[in-house]
Amino acid sequence: MSTDHMSTPTKIRVATTWLDGCSGCHMSFLDMDERLIALAERIEIVYSPLVDTKELPEQVDVGILEGSISSEDDLEKAKTFRKRCKLLVSLGDCAVNGNVPSMRNHFKLADVMDRAYRENVTLQPQIPTREVPALLGTVKPIHGVVPVDIFVPGCPPRADAIWHVLSELIEGRIPDPSQVTRFGA
Amino acid sequence: MPLPATQPNVRVVTLKIDDLDLSAREDETLIEVCRENKIPIPSLCHLDGLSVWGGCRLCVVELEGQNRLLAACSTRVAEGMRVHTNTERLQRYRRTLIELLFAERNHICSVCVSNGHCELQWLAQKCGVDHVRVPYRQQPYPVDSSHEMFRLDHNRCVLCTRCVRVCDEIEGAHTWDVMGRGSDCRVITDLARPWGESDTCTSCGKCVQVCPTGALVKQGTSVGEMVKDQHFLPILARRRHAR
Ligand code: SF4
Ligand code: SF4
Ligand code: SF4
Ligand code: FES
Repeated sequence: MSTDHMSTPTKIRVATTWLDGCSGCHMSFLDMDERLIALAERIEIVYSPLVDTKELPEQVDVGILEGSISSEDDLEKAKTFRKRCKLLVSLGDCAVNGNVPSMRNHFKLADVMDRAYRENVTLQPQIPTREVPALLGTVKPIHGVVPVDIFVPGCPPRADAIWHVLSELIEGRIPDPSQVTRFGA
Repeated sequence: MPLPATQPNVRVVTLKIDDLDLSAREDETLIEVCRENKIPIPSLCHLDGLSVWGGCRLCVVELEGQNRLLAACSTRVAEGMRVHTNTERLQRYRRTLIELLFAERNHICSVCVSNGHCELQWLAQKCGVDHVRVPYRQQPYPVDSSHEMFRLDHNRCVLCTRCVRVCDEIEGAHTWDVMGRGSDCRVITDLARPWGESDTCTSCGKCVQVCPTGALVKQGTSVGEMVKDQHFLPILARRRHAR
């Protein structure tokens, strides 16, 4: 990543998305409240569930991923983010270590599906196959499938922690999230 | 090895730790001297009041003139020692050790009863472990909920043996022991029978209080509710050894 790019007054282009997460990390992002206004002067959100754009641009400065890699769709998104983002951030425990989604790893995928779509269903039990991405056998953290540059643990990381990380990035520094957050925070 | 009662005529040695000139009683360990002088050293199996185990290796330090690393909790001070407690190499090793502990069993802090009160979680943050570089083993371990007051979750156990030592050395029950090798290694009650069926356990709860993680907890605790209290330990340990 070229840091000189970041120190110029042009806004940092940020993209975010959620994979297998609960959207809580994005909610924590919104919890920055009035600081979001200050942030808007320095960053431009070019793609995110929080904005309207439907396509991830070809070139992004900072990509932020919430959630773990649980399905083929998660895997594809993570790969595309990696390709197009100069710096990739794992936001929150699901992205960083698998967290709650990874608790299914102790069971066979077929058993998990049965439990969710057959055993506990009374009306027309069936396993969905159309319009939903296939689940992977093992849930992994993002860095289990693509290289990640910055890890921000926490479930979710507090708004202050996200603010700290983004502020450091805006200043062209590489943040040390352990100063402000931890697993399970 | 029970800590010996303080001898009346111990000598004093001088040594250097991280460029600090210090003096210490010759029967002290490096970790004790560091703690007295507020030099932070991560540790997991060590607990003031219990015998030395030396198993977790988080407390490793460098000794000038020697290539081998030493565990500060099991190394006695000596005249003229020059010790380094926080070199880049040590930081790297400690990070790796902690990552391996997280990868070996199953730690989901966000839903753990010990979230926010856990020594392993705290050490990870202190040592800058913000992710685990090795793949997780993803092996489930059993949970023993048979005791009416306490619960043992092997998924959270780091095999520090604090429970084994406190039950033997302080409570005098010796309910706990260690069984198996490698990834099969686990703590057991009596002869690997369910804890609730133990003839020796007095239900004193000491093992629960000294356990650094969410492996030993009180029944009925929910996420983040298990707060441990280890104040009893140095007091009881002193009384035991004074006898
Ligand atoms: S025992 Fe500690 S490190 Fe393990 S899951 Fe619980 S809080 Fe996290
Ligand atoms: S409750 Fe007391 S007696 Fe029972 S296993 Fe724990 S330390 Fe030993
Ligand atoms: S149960 Fe707790 S005290 Fe006992 S060995 Fe495991 S982590 Fe240590
Ligand atoms: S604290 Fe020294 S080896 Fe565990």
